[in-house]
Amino acid sequence: MTDISTTPSSSIGSAGSALMKKRNRRQTALQGLGLAAISFAALMLFILIASLVSSGYKAFTQTHIQLEVFVDPEEISVERLPRGGFDDVLLASLQDYFPDVEGRADLRKLESILSNGAQFRLRDRVVENPDIIGQTITVKVPTSDDYDQLAKGLVNRESPEDQRKLANRQIGWFETLEEAGVITQPINWALITNADSRFPELAGLKGALVGSFWALLVCFLISFPLGIGSAIYLEEFAPKNKWSDLIEVNINNLAAVPSIVFGLLALAVFLGWFGMPRSAPLVGGMTLALMTMPTIIIATRAALKAVPPSIREAALGVGASKHQVVFGHVLPLAMPGVLTGTIIGLAQALGETAPLLLIGMNAFITSAPDTPLDSATALPTQIFIWADSPERGFVSRTSAAILVLLTFLVTMNAVAIYLRSKFERKW
Amino acid sequence: MTTAAFLCLLILSVVGYVWNRQAASAIRNDGARLHSLTGFHGFYSFLMILVPVIVLILTWLALEGPVIDMILKSGLSDRLQGLGTGEVQLIVAEIKSIAGGSVFGTPEPWKFEAADRFAELNKRSGQLLLIVVLAFSMTILVLSRRKVTAEFRARHGVERIVSGLMIFCSIVAILVTIGIISSLMFETIRFFGKVSVSEFLFGTNWEPQIPLREDQVAAEGAFGWLPVMLGTLVITTVALFLAVPVGLMSAIYLNEFAPKRFRSIAKPFLEILAGVPTVVYGFFPILVVAPALRSFGQAIGLDVAPNTALAAGSVMGIMLIPFISSFADDALSAVPQSLRDGALGLGATRAEMMTNVLFPAAIPGIVGGVLLAVSRAIGETMIVVMAAGLIAKMTINPLDSVTTVTVQIVTLLIGDTSFDNPKTLAAFALGMMLFIVTLVINIFALRIVRKYREVYD
Repeated sequence: MTDISTTPSSSIGSAGSALMKKRNRRQTALQGLGLAAISFAALMLFILIASLVSSGYKAFTQTHIQLEVFVDPEEISVERLPRGGFDDVLLASLQDYFPDVEGRADLRKLESILSNGAQFRLRDRVVENPDIIGQTITVKVPTSDDYDQLAKGLVNRESPEDQRKLANRQIGWFETLEEAGVITQPINWALITNADSRFPELAGLKGALVGSFWALLVCFLISFPLGIGSAIYLEEFAPKNKWSDLIEVNINNLAAVPSIVFGLLALAVFLGWFGMPRSAPLVGGMTLALMTMPTIIIATRAALKAVPPSIREAALGVGASKHQVVFGHVLPLAMPGVLTGTIIGLAQALGETAPLLLIGMNAFITSAPDTPLDSATALPTQIFIWADSPERGFVSRTSAAILVLLTFLVTMNAVAIYLRSKFERKW
Repeated sequence: MTTAAFLCLLILSVVGYVWNRQAASAIRNDGARLHSLTGFHGFYSFLMILVPVIVLILTWLALEGPVIDMILKSGLSDRLQGLGTGEVQLIVAEIKSIAGGSVFGTPEPWKFEAADRFAELNKRSGQLLLIVVLAFSMTILVLSRRKVTAEFRARHGVERIVSGLMIFCSIVAILVTIGIISSLMFETIRFFGKVSVSEFLFGTNWEPQIPLREDQVAAEGAFGWLPVMLGTLVITTVALFLAVPVGLMSAIYLNEFAPKRFRSIAKPFLEILAGVPTVVYGFFPILVVAPALRSFGQAIGLDVAPNTALAAGSVMGIMLIPFISSFADDALSAVPQSLRDGALGLGATRAEMMTNVLFPAAIPGIVGGVLLAVSRAIGETMIVVMAAGLIAKMTINPLDSVTTVTVQIVTLLIGDTSFDNPKTLAAFALGMMLFIVTLVINIFALRIVRKYREVYD
């Protein structure tokens, strides 16, 4: 292409060629700007992912401490289970390493090495098997967040003592434990098997994952039939008149309404007028369904449009009714496109946060929901809650939760792309 | 019980399908010519049972709660006499939680009685629902079985029902719009009953913190939306300053200069940027951008607020890049090939063709895309909720912290809310303004885009 523009310049002479150089320079500059713009976008995406990974990967391990615990029958007895002095027993075994620590305040500080959940873990083990009372057992419990941060090198040990949460002495204790070889950093399964918690070392995503699952299921069950039904009607059956125009304009506008407005709608109508429960994945799913429906309608219509008229005419020609043509031939042929659009719509719904905040799916809930009517959080609202939490440990956990969310989104989109490339037919 | 009702309904519908289908086959096997295929006879029964009874169950579930509450309250009328609505609600909630098995403190014995009655009512309602569902489905099952004859036009019946269902599906979209408008309207009118319209539209003070108790010393509460809107505009402007040039430049490059391979890699790349959920973008300024801007500001001696509009705005700009670039790319591609060929044929370089011919021709489409991006930016919630400020200031300094319409809506409505104080209602008034503004921009933008397309198609 460029030789078209360079050829005439040679015949014009040196003034022309100077001009030509200038013009070509402009072209190079424009191309450079374009490349720079794309590189900027790519750089931003890279920084985004890199910063998430670099702060999030640490949350995939959790510092644990391995203790030889003598399950003291004086503190824990079969009759009193599940009550008992589990924390005292743990402290006693921790004290073995630090015989010189005395006094209530110091002992309490020593105990704070262990996570608040440690005693419950021991309790569960004893309740499960009361025979171990009186024996010495090995338990592995999480450390508290401050020490987890220390172990992961996120605490600057050189900084002045009063600017750190941990005093030199406490760091010294931890170093002693490290030298004793009882500190380990196994994979943090609690991140997916635990529900939310005030303590970062115990907080997990189970509640949010289950909540998101219910919400998406409800969203799919509502938006898929509604979307397909309305798309088929508008594309195949609706007479071209004012009504169908109105519906079309409506759907296009709904697709562009800010998501938070759907939250206001859900708050006023579902919660206010119908009196549905707050924070329930059912309501969340219904709200998301209203937002996903336009996406599915638009995708389905495009897929129906792509089926060539010859298919319809052939079916009509051999005597099928209009409904038989659509449901027997056109829709099955359009299905890959419909499914792709649906999955992409559901992926959008999975990442949607604002409407869920308004219907209370950002509540603090420490157990996973059993039914879609129980209070729950969703993955994105959980990210929002953690991002708002002041504890240091939640920073890396937020990034980790985002990575989990992105993994789901990438998987869903990959499935959609696979479906499209595998089943889509070019006519 | 509800699950059981749904299960019964499903089983009976399937029974209806099989039964009618068999009956139709029997007629056919006797040598008669059926009007409709046997499958349609089956589907007729299936749909005749399924559709009305599902409507019945859903109506029942919607009305069950309020009716039971009413019966419960009328049973307690002597206890509840003279109490405010709030107290009555509290008592009802307590009774329900007792019935649910969680007892806090030591409630009076009459509450336990009421809880028992509540559980009893719920159980009865469930049983009644099951019976009604069974009765209805059986009746329809028998009635539609009777209709099976050789002449019966089952296919027409099925197609009519299916058409009805599809029309219902399409109307849902309209119902949603009506729902949005009426719910926003309703609460906004209530809000304007407490705060005057002119104060809201022209007030320059936004302090929605109103006293919770009568005797509390607190600000009166001011509801002028101008500073909130101004903050939204500041952040939107910052976002567009980043997104428009970058988006346009990448579209120009991808459309005209990029080698095919590069384009096939770069386009999905931009789509990834578009698919990142906004809550992730919201964490980005907290994690990276705001600290970076702050330390940069300190280095050159500028005072940058911790939640500066610049951080939220620029991240929103990143979010909008793929949006603008794909719109601009479409607009450039829609310019007819003859214009390109003409410009090149007259000796223009490709850059000149782009800047002097293609770009001006594509401007309406690009403007439409930018307008849609503006409406996206105004309605965007999570980025600003996580990264922008909470206090409304009349400032256009992007280094300062500003608040936006969406941030205010979320902060006013997060947590338990009752629908009768101006603070909650103010959120709906803001939502109404947001809806109107974005709707106007969207309609305008879509019109530009469509009109422009018609010229070349």
